[in-house]
Amino acid sequence: MYLVKYTIKRLLMLIPVILGVTLILYFVLELSPSNPALQILGADASAEQIAALEHEMGLDQPIIVQYVRYILGVLRLDFGSSWVSGYDVLDTFMLRLPDTLMLAFTATLWAVALGIPIGIYAAVKQYGVFDYGSMVLTMLLFSMPSFWLAILCQILFCLVLHWLPATGVGSLRHFILPALVLGANTLASMIRMSRTSMLDVLRQDYIRTARAKGASKAAAIVHHAVGNSLVPVITQIGISFAGCIGGAVVTESIFTIPGLGSMLINAVKARDVPVVMGTVILVAIIVGVINLVVDLVCAKVDPRIDLAA
Amino acid sequence: MEMDRSGALLEVEGLHVRYKTKSAEVYALNGLDLRVERGEKLGLVGETGAGKTTLALSILRLLPERVGEITAGSIRYEGEQLLEQSEAYMLGLRGRRISMIFQDPMTSLNPIKTVGEQILEVLDLHFPGLSKAEKLGRVARMLETVGIPASRGGDFPYQFSGGMKQRIVIAMALIGEPELLLADEPTTALDVTIQAQILEMMSRLREEYGTAVILITHDLGVVAEFCDRVAVVYGGRIVEQGSVEQVFARGMNHPYTEGLLGCIPELDSRAERLTPIPGQMADPTVQPKGCSFAERCGRCMEICRTRQPEPFESEGHSIMCHLYGPGEV
Amino acid sequence: MGKTENRPAERSSWQLIARRFSKNRLAMAGVALLALMLLAILLAPAYMPYDEMIKEDVFNRLQRPGEGGHLLGTDELGRDLLARVLYGGRISLLGGMATIAIAFAAGCLIGGAAGYFGGRLDTVLMRFIDMLMAIPPVLLAMAILTALGSGLVNLIISLAISQIPRFARVVRSAVLTLRGSEYIEAARCYGCSSMKIIVRHILPNGIGPIIVSATLTLGQIILSISSMGFLGLGVASPTPEWGTIISENMLNIRYYPYLGLVPGVCICLAVMAVNFIGDGLRDAFDPRTGN
Repeated sequence: MYLVKYTIKRLLMLIPVILGVTLILYFVLELSPSNPALQILGADASAEQIAALEHEMGLDQPIIVQYVRYILGVLRLDFGSSWVSGYDVLDTFMLRLPDTLMLAFTATLWAVALGIPIGIYAAVKQYGVFDYGSMVLTMLLFSMPSFWLAILCQILFCLVLHWLPATGVGSLRHFILPALVLGANTLASMIRMSRTSMLDVLRQDYIRTARAKGASKAAAIVHHAVGNSLVPVITQIGISFAGCIGGAVVTESIFTIPGLGSMLINAVKARDVPVVMGTVILVAIIVGVINLVVDLVCAKVDPRIDLAA
Repeated sequence: MEMDRSGALLEVEGLHVRYKTKSAEVYALNGLDLRVERGEKLGLVGETGAGKTTLALSILRLLPERVGEITAGSIRYEGEQLLEQSEAYMLGLRGRRISMIFQDPMTSLNPIKTVGEQILEVLDLHFPGLSKAEKLGRVARMLETVGIPASRGGDFPYQFSGGMKQRIVIAMALIGEPELLLADEPTTALDVTIQAQILEMMSRLREEYGTAVILITHDLGVVAEFCDRVAVVYGGRIVEQGSVEQVFARGMNHPYTEGLLGCIPELDSRAERLTPIPGQMADPTVQPKGCSFAERCGRCMEICRTRQPEPFESEGHSIMCHLYGPGEV
Repeated sequence: MGKTENRPAERSSWQLIARRFSKNRLAMAGVALLALMLLAILLAPAYMPYDEMIKEDVFNRLQRPGEGGHLLGTDELGRDLLARVLYGGRISLLGGMATIAIAFAAGCLIGGAAGYFGGRLDTVLMRFIDMLMAIPPVLLAMAILTALGSGLVNLIISLAISQIPRFARVVRSAVLTLRGSEYIEAARCYGCSSMKIIVRHILPNGIGPIIVSATLTLGQIILSISSMGFLGLGVASPTPEWGTIISENMLNIRYYPYLGLVPGVCICLAVMAVNFIGDGLRDAFDPRTGN
């Protein structure tokens, strides 16, 4: 029951944060020198036409009024429409969200599924060949720009080996390469995080206690070390998933996936303010929800975390 | 299994342990001899770093991997040479025949498992034949025995106070009904009043189960209260051992023991000042040629620096010092 | 079982940190690599005049490395790749450092003020920081870029702003921990002057995590600058920048792989060097984390 209460409380706390985010973004984007009416109507529009449209869009009002109107719109889930295409921002967002979520989700999934066992094993075999190997791998993955990794993978798997399609969407096979590239950074942080955490846990007294009780080394690790080492790792999964949604910008553009990322890039290039604004706010909400889920999972794993406090 | 019932429960002979780190080699134990009889309460006394915990970990063969190494000596438990046994044998021994209580109850329990689960684990490991209900019943009884309501078995360690955690640790150590309990400073981390309770309880349980105890401590008061015999450790060796009466009588003592005893305030002698032992613990990274206490000893002789003393024995009271050496007096 | 350090009291904590750092082989390799790259980049005008080397030359298009006096070959427009990579490094590396400097200064100001003055100012500033942190840094930077428009300076500003929350947090927590810590109290009690406390106690203990975080973030910023350049949101062609160079050679990479490999490897090496230094600093400031 307190879980439901906690969840509702957290979701309510998200509202002022989102309002604040909107405020910040609104005033930042207000700095934009572009003239939306001109942008929408094109260069050969007359001055009257522009003035009329500005009036219609409320752009002749003071900025505070515009902001309040925008906020009221957001509360009714109205994020306005694109200055470039004229489409409704929320509709476009929802249309493109599934591809991005799918991509970020598969990327996180494989990276977590692979990274945690690798990190734990490396910690258990500290200073061994496997440990050094995994350290070199994380080092490489951390220092490689994802667009470059994407190009290398495209050349190898698509152009040379012809195993996978290089770009586009349509089948699950199209998702393999982008998810692989997008998850690379998550993989590195998973390995590093779970290794560090595991090394720390292995030094704890309760591992020695378990051994003194007669548990074998393997049993002590499985029953006592792994659970304890996961708490900081779970937090990192949340951060990485949010990072994947951000990283999707690059991945989607290289693999021409029509998700949020490619939409955002075009919007930034065209300085399409309503689209950028709406997308960022909606992503902030998604990230907020992810953080909530992460905290709930952490509390489930670690009894010391008291959500009621 | 054939067992030598007449012999000592535990016999440690000439034990040498070395820690190897990147920067230095530390000689933790340098030929330690120790004998524990069945049901005996032995106090192991010495300063921090003297090698007390190392001895306990060596007996269980749980020295930190790749760092701590037993380089020489033997450890016989119920006549069996532990250093030659397989790891599988040791798994069956730990927690079942020899248990250990660690110093800090705050950190020796797994924070994300209930205390009941953690006690139950010992039974799961060593009594796989028992039914689940039987095991749970034993855990409940054990909790009550150490003074914790059985209903709290489902609680997590953070929900208990330090003293209660140590009771849980003791429950965990005793539920396997071991013949030997290694208690490594079990009360150091606790309040004085709680200390007394825990010691009193350990004493009672020890009698009930007939367990032999090696009580590792630096508190001579605790030893006087709890133990039958005392062994004083210095520089990785037992420098003096004997019955509590023999050692505390202050008749004939190793100069180091004299120093330790001089650190205890006596209520009836108000004028005397406490006399601290001068100097620091001997540097454990070098193996001294002579007696390791020579540098700090007020009665140091020429021979002390060049030759290691042999134990001088009288009526089970043994002192390793040239002052009492045969023919040297 | 303390190991015998010979009289640690004789050495100041700074010297100890420097000694631990210089003993770390990876960190020293990072320092050497970064120094080498910076030297090559900064001295480039002296041995490789921009106008002479980077000119379009249709007769020397797509020369392989070594051909026609071009050590690393030329691109589609006949421009010398080595020269473009060297000049591109100025933007990628120096731009990254500038970004960190801005974010660091602003973060110290905000986090320091919040931690030091506490109270309502702390609440207001941290609420603001929390809001910024609700937005993934990449998206925040892109939103700011939308407002400012693309270009190097705007890119640096937007990336710097997107990193401020992180620095502000680190600085604030460092200030808070130190303000309440017992050894600062102790130092005050036995008569240390404020200045001495700050220099001898607060700085070595507090600045560690901040410097480490700045170094490790620098690696990410170098990656971000080149990613933005690649996406066409940062430095626009023909100005050379590592990410931009890769993007303008995209079509030819398959058959002329050096066009993509050289700038890519440069990014990797730079980030790796910076990360080595960051890890080394972390271990030097806090030896407990190292193994």
